[in-house]
Amino acid sequence: MTFSQRIFGILVVFVIFYTIILLVKKGRLKEEYSWMWLLTGLILLVVVLRYDFLVLISRLIGAASPTNALFIFGIIFLIFLSLHFAIKISLLTYEVKNLAQKIAILEAEYEQNKPGASRRHNQIL
Amino acid sequence: MKKCIIIPAFNEGKNIGSVIQGIREYSNADIIVINDGSKDATARCVREAGGYVISHPFNMRYGVALQTGYKFALKHNYDLLLQMDGDGQHLPGSIPRFFEMLESGQCDVLVGSRFLGAGGYHPGMLKIMGITLFKILIRIMNGERITDPTSGYQCMNRKVFSIFTDDSFPCDYPDTNVIIRLHRMGFVVKELPVDMRPNPEGRSMHRGTLKIIYYFFTMFLSIFITMISDKDYYRKNGVRP
Repeated sequence: MTFSQRIFGILVVFVIFYTIILLVKKGRLKEEYSWMWLLTGLILLVVVLRYDFLVLISRLIGAASPTNALFIFGIIFLIFLSLHFAIKISLLTYEVKNLAQKIAILEAEYEQNKPGASRRHNQIL
Repeated sequence: MKKCIIIPAFNEGKNIGSVIQGIREYSNADIIVINDGSKDATARCVREAGGYVISHPFNMRYGVALQTGYKFALKHNYDLLLQMDGDGQHLPGSIPRFFEMLESGQCDVLVGSRFLGAGGYHPGMLKIMGITLFKILIRIMNGERITDPTSGYQCMNRKVFSIFTDDSFPCDYPDTNVIIRLHRMGFVVKELPVDMRPNPEGRSMHRGTLKIIYYFFTMFLSIFITMISDKDYYRKNGVRP
Protein backbone atom coordinates (compact mmCIF):
# COMPACT_ATOMS: atom_id res chain seq x y z
CA MET A 1 0.00 0.00 0.00
CA THR A 2 1.46 3.35 -1.03
CA PHE A 3 1.81 6.31 1.33
CA SER A 4 -0.90 8.34 -0.44
CA GLN A 5 -3.31 5.33 -0.33
CA ARG A 6 -2.67 5.04 3.38
CA ILE A 7 -3.31 8.76 3.97
CA PHE A 8 -6.53 8.56 1.94
CA GLY A 9 -7.67 5.50 3.93
CA ILE A 10 -6.99 7.22 7.26
CA LEU A 11 -8.91 10.31 6.09
CA VAL A 12 -11.91 8.16 5.10
CA VAL A 13 -11.87 6.47 8.52
CA PHE A 14 -11.80 9.82 10.32
CA VAL A 15 -14.66 11.15 8.18
CA ILE A 16 -16.67 8.05 9.14
CA PHE A 17 -15.87 8.49 12.86
CA TYR A 18 -16.62 12.22 12.78
CA THR A 19 -19.94 11.77 10.94
CA ILE A 20 -21.13 8.98 13.27
CA ILE A 21 -20.22 10.87 16.45
CA LEU A 22 -21.89 14.02 15.09
CA LEU A 23 -25.08 12.14 14.18
CA VAL A 24 -25.25 10.51 17.62
CA LYS A 25 -24.60 13.88 19.30
CA LYS A 26 -27.42 15.52 17.33
CA GLY A 27 -29.74 12.64 18.14
CA ARG A 28 -30.19 11.66 14.49
CA LEU A 29 -28.58 8.26 15.00
CA LYS A 30 -29.19 6.06 18.01
CA GLU A 31 -26.22 4.66 19.93
CA GLU A 32 -27.77 1.28 19.25
CA TYR A 33 -26.95 1.63 15.54
CA SER A 34 -23.75 3.63 15.82
CA TRP A 35 -21.56 0.85 17.18
CA MET A 36 -21.53 -1.15 13.96
CA TRP A 37 -20.44 1.88 11.93
CA LEU A 38 -17.72 2.71 14.44
CA LEU A 39 -16.61 -0.92 14.32
CA THR A 40 -16.52 -0.74 10.52
CA GLY A 41 -14.33 2.37 10.75
CA LEU A 42 -12.05 0.64 13.23
CA ILE A 43 -11.65 -2.41 10.94
CA LEU A 44 -10.84 -0.07 8.03
CA LEU A 45 -8.25 1.69 10.19
CA VAL A 46 -6.62 -1.65 11.05
CA VAL A 47 -6.55 -2.60 7.35
CA VAL A 48 -4.97 0.75 6.44
CA LEU A 49 -2.33 0.62 9.19
CA ARG A 50 -1.60 -3.12 8.95
CA TYR A 51 -2.05 -4.04 5.29
CA ASP A 52 -0.28 -7.34 5.92
CA PHE A 53 -3.37 -8.49 7.90
CA LEU A 54 -5.46 -8.11 4.76
CA VAL A 55 -2.87 -10.00 2.71
CA LEU A 56 -2.90 -12.81 5.29
CA ILE A 57 -6.71 -13.02 5.31
CA SER A 58 -6.74 -13.03 1.48
CA ARG A 59 -4.42 -16.05 1.51
CA LEU A 60 -6.54 -17.78 4.18
CA ILE A 61 -9.80 -17.49 2.21
CA GLY A 62 -8.12 -18.12 -1.14
CA ALA A 63 -8.83 -14.71 -2.64
CA ALA A 64 -6.86 -13.80 -5.77
CA SER A 65 -5.84 -10.45 -4.33
CA PRO A 66 -6.35 -8.37 -1.14
CA THR A 67 -8.74 -6.10 -3.09
CA ASN A 68 -10.97 -9.12 -3.85
CA ALA A 69 -10.99 -10.06 -0.16
CA LEU A 70 -11.96 -6.50 0.74
CA PHE A 71 -14.87 -6.60 -1.71
CA ILE A 72 -16.06 -9.99 -0.44
CA PHE A 73 -16.04 -8.79 3.16
CA GLY A 74 -17.72 -5.55 2.10
CA ILE A 75 -20.56 -7.44 0.40
CA ILE A 76 -20.95 -9.84 3.36
CA PHE A 77 -21.11 -6.84 5.69
CA LEU A 78 -23.81 -5.19 3.55
CA ILE A 79 -25.86 -8.41 3.45
CA PHE A 80 -25.80 -8.66 7.25
CA LEU A 81 -26.57 -4.97 7.56
CA SER A 82 -29.65 -5.38 5.31
CA LEU A 83 -30.75 -8.39 7.34
CA HIS A 84 -30.30 -6.43 10.56
CA PHE A 85 -32.49 -3.62 9.24
CA ALA A 86 -35.10 -6.07 7.89
CA ILE A 87 -35.35 -7.54 11.43
CA LYS A 88 -35.66 -4.05 12.91
CA ILE A 89 -38.35 -3.08 10.38
CA SER A 90 -40.30 -6.28 11.16
CA LEU A 91 -40.19 -5.50 14.89
CA LEU A 92 -41.26 -1.92 14.27
CA THR A 93 -44.10 -3.11 12.01
CA TYR A 94 -45.40 -5.31 14.83
CA GLU A 95 -45.11 -2.46 17.29
CA VAL A 96 -46.87 0.03 15.00
CA LYS A 97 -49.65 -2.50 14.31
CA ASN A 98 -50.18 -3.24 18.01
CA LEU A 99 -50.14 0.45 18.89
CA ALA A 100 -52.60 1.34 16.12
CA GLN A 101 -54.93 -1.47 17.23
CA LYS A 102 -54.75 -0.33 20.84
CA ILE A 103 -55.44 3.28 19.89
CA ALA A 104 -58.38 2.24 17.70
CA ILE A 105 -59.95 0.18 20.50
CA LEU A 106 -59.36 2.88 23.14
CA GLU A 107 -60.76 5.57 20.85
CA ALA A 108 -63.89 3.50 20.19
CA GLU A 109 -64.38 2.98 23.94
CA TYR A 110 -63.77 6.68 24.62
CA GLU A 111 -66.27 7.72 21.93
CA GLN A 112 -68.88 5.48 23.49
CA ASN A 113 -68.28 6.70 27.02
CA LYS A 114 -68.31 10.38 26.10
CA PRO A 115 -71.26 12.31 27.57
CA GLY A 116 -74.14 12.35 25.09
CA ALA A 117 -72.57 9.66 22.95
CA SER A 118 -75.20 7.04 23.70
CA ARG A 119 -77.59 8.51 21.16
CA ARG A 120 -75.02 8.41 18.42
CA HIS A 121 -73.28 5.13 19.07
CA ASN A 122 -74.48 1.64 19.48
CA GLN A 123 -74.08 0.69 23.15
CA ILE A 124 -72.67 -2.77 23.40
CA LEU A 125 -70.69 -2.95 26.60
CA MET B 1 -73.15 -16.65 26.24
CA LYS B 2 -71.87 -13.25 25.15
CA LYS B 3 -71.69 -13.16 21.37
CA CYS B 4 -70.29 -10.74 18.84
CA ILE B 5 -70.00 -10.46 15.09
CA ILE B 6 -66.88 -8.78 13.76
CA ILE B 7 -66.77 -7.31 10.28
CA PRO B 8 -63.55 -5.93 8.80
CA ALA B 9 -64.45 -3.15 6.37
CA PHE B 10 -62.42 -1.02 3.99
CA ASN B 11 -64.34 1.53 1.92
CA GLU B 12 -67.60 -0.36 2.37
CA GLY B 13 -69.81 2.70 2.89
CA LYS B 14 -72.19 1.53 0.15
CA ASN B 15 -72.70 -1.99 1.50
CA ILE B 16 -72.08 -1.97 5.24
CA GLY B 17 -75.46 -0.51 6.24
CA SER B 18 -77.41 -3.22 4.43
CA VAL B 19 -75.02 -5.90 5.77
CA ILE B 20 -75.76 -4.78 9.36
CA GLN B 21 -79.50 -4.63 8.70
CA GLY B 22 -79.32 -8.12 7.20
CA ILE B 23 -77.53 -9.47 10.28
CA ARG B 24 -80.09 -7.87 12.61
CA GLU B 25 -82.83 -9.99 11.01
CA TYR B 26 -81.10 -13.13 12.25
CA SER B 27 -79.12 -12.23 15.36
CA ASN B 28 -78.99 -9.91 18.33
CA ALA B 29 -75.26 -10.38 18.80
CA ASP B 30 -73.17 -7.23 19.12
CA ILE B 31 -72.02 -6.09 15.70
CA ILE B 32 -68.49 -4.68 15.69
CA VAL B 33 -67.19 -3.22 12.46
CA ILE B 34 -63.46 -2.67 12.16
CA ASN B 35 -63.13 0.26 9.83
CA ASP B 36 -59.69 -0.32 8.33
CA GLY B 37 -58.71 3.25 7.47
CA SER B 38 -61.55 3.76 4.98
CA LYS B 39 -61.57 6.95 2.94
CA ASP B 40 -65.35 6.92 2.56
CA ALA B 41 -68.18 7.20 5.08
CA THR B 42 -67.95 3.61 6.34
CA ALA B 43 -67.74 4.64 10.04
CA ARG B 44 -70.78 6.95 9.80
CA CYS B 45 -72.81 4.32 7.91
CA VAL B 46 -72.02 1.74 10.61
CA ARG B 47 -73.15 4.08 13.40
CA GLU B 48 -76.34 4.99 11.54
CA ALA B 49 -77.10 1.31 11.05
CA GLY B 50 -76.62 0.69 14.77
CA GLY B 51 -73.24 -1.04 14.69
CA TYR B 52 -70.25 -0.41 16.90
CA VAL B 53 -67.27 0.89 15.02
CA ILE B 54 -63.55 0.64 15.72
CA SER B 55 -61.59 2.79 13.31
CA HIS B 56 -57.96 2.06 12.47
CA PRO B 57 -55.95 5.28 12.06
CA PHE B 58 -54.73 3.96 8.67
CA ASN B 59 -55.24 0.98 6.43
CA MET B 60 -53.56 -2.14 7.80
CA ARG B 61 -55.30 -4.79 5.68
CA TYR B 62 -57.82 -7.52 6.33
CA GLY B 63 -55.85 -9.76 8.71
CA VAL B 64 -54.92 -6.92 11.05
CA ALA B 65 -58.55 -5.72 11.08
CA LEU B 66 -59.65 -9.22 12.06
CA GLN B 67 -57.06 -9.29 14.84
CA THR B 68 -58.29 -5.95 16.17
CA GLY B 69 -61.72 -7.58 16.43
CA TYR B 70 -60.25 -10.55 18.31
CA LYS B 71 -58.44 -8.23 20.71
CA PHE B 72 -61.61 -6.23 21.34
CA ALA B 73 -63.65 -9.41 21.88
CA LEU B 74 -61.07 -10.74 24.33
CA LYS B 75 -60.92 -7.46 26.23
CA HIS B 76 -64.71 -7.31 26.54
CA ASN B 77 -65.13 -10.96 27.55
CA TYR B 78 -67.09 -12.28 24.61
CA ASP B 79 -67.55 -16.05 24.57
CA LEU B 80 -68.31 -16.54 20.89
CA LEU B 81 -67.14 -14.59 17.90
CA LEU B 82 -68.39 -14.75 14.33
CA GLN B 83 -66.46 -13.06 11.56
CA MET B 84 -67.86 -12.14 8.17
CA ASP B 85 -67.12 -9.83 5.27
CA GLY B 86 -68.49 -6.31 5.02
CA ASP B 87 -69.20 -6.40 1.29
CA GLY B 88 -72.31 -8.54 1.50
CA GLN B 89 -70.67 -11.71 0.14
CA HIS B 90 -71.57 -13.69 3.24
CA LEU B 91 -75.33 -14.11 3.55
CA PRO B 92 -76.46 -13.79 7.18
CA GLY B 93 -79.07 -16.59 7.16
CA SER B 94 -76.51 -19.05 8.59
CA ILE B 95 -75.60 -16.94 11.65
CA PRO B 96 -78.04 -18.60 14.12
CA ARG B 97 -76.79 -22.06 13.07
CA PHE B 98 -73.16 -20.95 13.56
CA PHE B 99 -73.85 -19.86 17.13
CA GLU B 100 -76.01 -22.91 17.90
CA MET B 101 -73.27 -25.32 16.90
CA LEU B 102 -70.60 -23.45 18.86
CA GLU B 103 -72.86 -23.18 21.93
CA SER B 104 -73.52 -26.91 21.86
CA GLY B 105 -69.75 -27.45 22.08
CA GLN B 106 -69.60 -29.62 18.96
CA CYS B 107 -66.51 -27.79 17.78
CA ASP B 108 -64.17 -24.91 18.55
CA VAL B 109 -64.16 -23.37 15.08
CA LEU B 110 -66.85 -23.52 12.45
CA VAL B 111 -65.93 -22.60 8.90
CA GLY B 112 -68.69 -21.58 6.52
CA SER B 113 -68.34 -23.54 3.28
CA ARG B 114 -69.76 -22.16 0.05
CA PHE B 115 -69.30 -25.57 -1.56
CA LEU B 116 -71.60 -27.36 0.87
CA GLY B 117 -74.33 -24.73 0.49
CA ALA B 118 -76.99 -24.21 -2.14
CA GLY B 119 -74.29 -23.33 -4.65
CA GLY B 120 -75.13 -19.75 -5.49
CA TYR B 121 -71.48 -18.75 -5.79
CA HIS B 122 -69.13 -20.18 -8.40
CA PRO B 123 -65.55 -18.90 -8.07
CA GLY B 124 -63.25 -18.55 -11.09
CA MET B 125 -61.04 -21.34 -12.39
CA LEU B 126 -57.85 -19.98 -10.78
CA LYS B 127 -59.53 -19.69 -7.38
CA ILE B 128 -60.95 -23.22 -7.66
CA MET B 129 -57.46 -24.52 -8.46
CA GLY B 130 -56.01 -22.69 -5.44
CA ILE B 131 -58.77 -23.93 -3.14
CA THR B 132 -58.30 -27.52 -4.40
CA LEU B 133 -54.57 -27.32 -3.72
CA PHE B 134 -55.17 -26.12 -0.14
CA LYS B 135 -57.87 -28.75 0.39
CA ILE B 136 -55.34 -31.44 -0.54
CA LEU B 137 -52.74 -29.87 1.76
CA ILE B 138 -55.17 -29.90 4.70
CA ARG B 139 -56.11 -33.49 3.90
CA ILE B 140 -52.45 -34.52 3.94
CA MET B 141 -51.44 -32.54 7.01
CA ASN B 142 -54.56 -32.74 9.16
CA GLY B 143 -56.18 -35.87 7.78
CA GLU B 144 -59.53 -34.15 7.61
CA ARG B 145 -61.76 -32.89 4.82
CA ILE B 146 -62.27 -29.14 4.65
CA THR B 147 -64.09 -28.11 1.49
CA ASP B 148 -63.59 -24.35 1.71
CA PRO B 149 -60.25 -23.57 3.39
CA THR B 150 -60.16 -19.94 2.21
CA SER B 151 -63.56 -18.99 3.64
CA GLY B 152 -63.57 -15.92 5.85
CA TYR B 153 -67.06 -16.71 7.18
CA GLN B 154 -66.14 -18.35 10.48
CA CYS B 155 -67.29 -18.68 14.05
CA MET B 156 -65.05 -19.54 16.99
CA ASN B 157 -65.02 -19.76 20.75
CA ARG B 158 -62.98 -17.68 23.17
CA LYS B 159 -60.16 -20.23 23.47
CA VAL B 160 -59.52 -19.87 19.76
CA PHE B 161 -59.73 -16.12 19.27
CA SER B 162 -57.62 -15.48 22.38
CA ILE B 163 -54.77 -17.32 20.61
CA PHE B 164 -55.19 -15.10 17.56
CA THR B 165 -54.43 -11.94 19.55
CA ASP B 166 -50.67 -12.44 19.67
CA ASP B 167 -48.09 -11.61 17.01
CA SER B 168 -47.92 -15.18 15.73
CA PHE B 169 -51.30 -14.67 14.02
CA PRO B 170 -50.60 -14.57 10.26
CA CYS B 171 -52.02 -11.12 9.54
CA ASP B 172 -50.98 -11.18 5.87
CA TYR B 173 -53.38 -13.93 4.82
CA PRO B 174 -55.12 -15.85 7.61
CA ASP B 175 -56.52 -18.78 5.59
CA THR B 176 -55.47 -22.40 5.22
CA ASN B 177 -52.45 -21.85 7.45
CA VAL B 178 -54.75 -20.97 10.37
CA ILE B 179 -56.91 -24.07 9.85
CA ILE B 180 -53.84 -26.32 9.76
CA ARG B 181 -52.45 -24.64 12.86
CA LEU B 182 -55.69 -24.93 14.82
CA HIS B 183 -55.97 -28.62 14.01
CA ARG B 184 -52.39 -29.22 15.12
CA MET B 185 -53.18 -27.40 18.36
CA GLY B 186 -55.94 -29.88 19.06
CA PHE B 187 -58.95 -27.68 18.31
CA VAL B 188 -61.97 -29.20 16.59
CA VAL B 189 -62.61 -27.54 13.24
CA LYS B 190 -65.88 -28.25 11.43
CA GLU B 191 -67.71 -26.86 8.43
CA LEU B 192 -71.18 -25.49 7.98
CA PRO B 193 -72.94 -25.10 4.62
CA VAL B 194 -73.43 -21.40 3.90
CA ASP B 195 -74.56 -19.30 1.00
CA MET B 196 -72.21 -16.75 -0.47
CA ARG B 197 -72.42 -14.51 -3.45
CA PRO B 198 -69.68 -12.77 -5.43
CA ASN B 199 -68.51 -9.32 -4.38
CA PRO B 200 -71.11 -6.91 -5.83
CA GLU B 201 -68.36 -4.72 -7.29
CA GLY B 202 -66.17 -7.62 -8.41
CA ARG B 203 -63.46 -6.71 -5.89
CA SER B 204 -61.11 -9.33 -4.49
CA MET B 205 -58.11 -9.45 -2.14
CA HIS B 206 -56.31 -11.65 -4.65
CA ARG B 207 -56.50 -9.57 -7.79
CA GLY B 208 -53.40 -9.28 -9.97
CA THR B 209 -50.73 -11.85 -10.83
CA LEU B 210 -48.13 -10.51 -8.39
CA LYS B 211 -50.60 -10.51 -5.51
CA ILE B 212 -51.59 -14.10 -6.27
CA ILE B 213 -47.94 -15.19 -6.43
CA TYR B 214 -47.25 -13.37 -3.15
CA TYR B 215 -50.34 -14.98 -1.59
CA PHE B 216 -49.22 -18.50 -2.48
CA PHE B 217 -45.66 -17.82 -1.36
CA THR B 218 -46.84 -16.40 1.98
CA MET B 219 -49.28 -19.25 2.50
CA PHE B 220 -46.72 -22.01 1.86
CA LEU B 221 -44.12 -20.26 4.02
CA SER B 222 -46.65 -19.83 6.83
CA ILE B 223 -47.67 -23.51 6.63
CA PHE B 224 -44.01 -24.55 6.66
CA ILE B 225 -43.33 -22.37 9.72
CA THR B 226 -46.42 -23.86 11.38
CA MET B 227 -45.04 -27.35 10.75
CA ILE B 228 -41.62 -26.67 12.22
CA SER B 229 -42.41 -24.35 15.09
CA ASP B 230 -45.76 -25.14 16.61
CA LYS B 231 -44.66 -27.76 19.12
CA ASP B 232 -42.30 -25.26 20.76
CA TYR B 233 -44.92 -22.53 20.56
CA TYR B 234 -47.60 -24.62 22.26
CA ARG B 235 -45.24 -25.81 24.98
CA LYS B 236 -44.13 -22.22 25.66
CA ASN B 237 -47.62 -20.76 25.70
CA GLY B 238 -49.45 -23.75 27.11
CA VAL B 239 -52.38 -23.25 24.77
CA ARG B 240 -53.22 -26.85 23.90
CA PRO B 241 -56.86 -27.19 24.93
